[in-house]
Amino acid sequence: MSPLSMTRTQFEERLFGVLRWVVIAFLAVITIAPFYYMVLLSVKSIDSLLLDPGSLWVSAKEFTLSTYENVLKPQSEGGQGFLQLLLNSALVSLGTVALTLIAAVPGAYAISRLKFFGNRQISAMFLAVYMFPATLLAVPLFVMFAKLGLSSSLAGLAIVYVAQTVPVSIYMLKNYFVTIPYSIEEAAALDGCSRLQALRKVILPLALPSLMATGLYVFMIAWNEFLFALLFLAADPEKWTVSLGLAQLSNGIEVSKTVLMAGSVVLTIPVILLFFAAERLLTEGLTSGADKS
Amino acid sequence: MSTAQSGATKRRTAATTPEPPPADEQRQRKKSRPPSATGRENRAGLAFVTPTFVVVLVVVILPILWTVLLAFQNAKLVDIQDMGLLGNWTLDNFTQVFSSAGFWSSLSTTLVYTVGATLGSVVLGLIAALALRTPFRGRGLLRGAMLLPYVAPVVAVAFVWEVALSPQYGIVNEWGRSLFGWDDPIAFLSTREYEVGLLGAHFDIPLALLTVIAFETWRYFPFAFLFILARLQAVPGGLEEAAKVDGATPLQRFRHILLPQLMPVMALLCVLRFIMTFNKFDDVYLLTNGGAGTEVAAVRVYDFLTSRYDVGAAAAQALVLAAVLMVLLGLYFKFFGKKVQEES
Repeated sequence: MSPLSMTRTQFEERLFGVLRWVVIAFLAVITIAPFYYMVLLSVKSIDSLLLDPGSLWVSAKEFTLSTYENVLKPQSEGGQGFLQLLLNSALVSLGTVALTLIAAVPGAYAISRLKFFGNRQISAMFLAVYMFPATLLAVPLFVMFAKLGLSSSLAGLAIVYVAQTVPVSIYMLKNYFVTIPYSIEEAAALDGCSRLQALRKVILPLALPSLMATGLYVFMIAWNEFLFALLFLAADPEKWTVSLGLAQLSNGIEVSKTVLMAGSVVLTIPVILLFFAAERLLTEGLTSGADKS
Repeated sequence: MSTAQSGATKRRTAATTPEPPPADEQRQRKKSRPPSATGRENRAGLAFVTPTFVVVLVVVILPILWTVLLAFQNAKLVDIQDMGLLGNWTLDNFTQVFSSAGFWSSLSTTLVYTVGATLGSVVLGLIAALALRTPFRGRGLLRGAMLLPYVAPVVAVAFVWEVALSPQYGIVNEWGRSLFGWDDPIAFLSTREYEVGLLGAHFDIPLALLTVIAFETWRYFPFAFLFILARLQAVPGGLEEAAKVDGATPLQRFRHILLPQLMPVMALLCVLRFIMTFNKFDDVYLLTNGGAGTEVAAVRVYDFLTSRYDVGAAAAQALVLAAVLMVLLGLYFKFFGKKVQEES
């Protein structure tokens, strides 16, 4: 080891030691600041925003919750009726989670644990479907629902979301199912369980973390979705989801930006709460298998 | 899957191989145990996979096949009610798509947008994973906070960006003026070309496009970060220790030890992000409405569908988009697929 390389090592170590903290500070700013800004603006009136756009806090005099009042109050009382939209979003998202899990569990179980004719082809197909772009789906589903008279229906929207979430759910569940030891099921079979009973009484309870992670991920996708809500529900304000309602709100000129920010907070909070309640579960469910690749 | 199955076969062979049992015992065994065991498993497998398969077939595969049909049909939304599934064949949709103003420019915009956002998010994800690799106070908190852009609803975060970047009341322009002395507020989301002077030379940068790329990078780097961090934590510590003892500098350790280990997952992330970004609609639509040089192809599909109610043209546009994507992926796997496999 020459002294020169020693200094190079020392130099790099010192440099990266500093750079690391710069990066950490940068990441903290870019991820937290936008959300702070969102909350900040949501408790101001539009006048105080226009007066001092660069301000980073809200004084007690400026502080107001009238923005939230405006967003949540029903339209009949001059508000934006977001409570109804929250309910719509919740219905669609929960419905999507239930339908997706019901549809995905048997298939994920089969391709992960059972040897059957065509197993590999079908599991490759499930993965390939995951790669299909949503734009390809948008046109036929739009037409199909127009034909069936299902456009402007929350149930129809939930079905569309199932189409988007089933493939990734199969993938996530499969990754977890393969980690459950086969012997547990054999023991269940010896005890006289049928396959279906084994799945219900043994495998599913063991896979609960993965079921929850997958359900949560599906919920997030459905709650946050915008394109299909716009395509299917735009004509019927009663049925709007929060995302769509917020986007439509921004087109109205008479709605102030701070009210818009209050709407954004209302839209974001449920997802963020759920996410922090189950962060570990979700990140592990998503990345399981990544460390083995 | 494979371990469980090979385990089962191993057990079976272990039970049968030791010594050939007497003939009648063999017959007995044949009776008590399968031909039916594999047959039963086969049937159970098919039974379990069928519901899922049917759902995927009905809500994903059939609609996509229908897109292909529609692309070759003269289909407007108004007459779709009484239109049959087949008939009205035409190639007009494709001529319309290829000859419509801005098709080629939208394709190149899509490419720039996709490549920029994919590389941006994976590289920033890598940097973040490296920075958060070793513990420090508040790491858990930051790790959670870093996932915010990814989990938050796109509509909400798009508005935050829109407001923050606004030339009239946005905080970015306000600070730009007071801290960096900008003369005029910059309209980030509606400026097609922004003239920058650097060392006396002037050139134009596609500002709105760069802004939506930055948005996309910001929104999806947490996704890359998660996967890269998970892989990073599975790298055996001994390797790096050994290299350190041998006098490798941090850069060399990264280049020769960490990077080869991370390459497969990063390649996978690039492919995934590329596919998803290539078809992305909401982000661009919400930020710029597809204006100011940000008209990506997915926004055109939407326009065909909703402003002209031209179902056939929308289907054709979506199909062309998917075909381009497939060709690009094919090229990628032809040139890099093998290499990635070797490295993993």
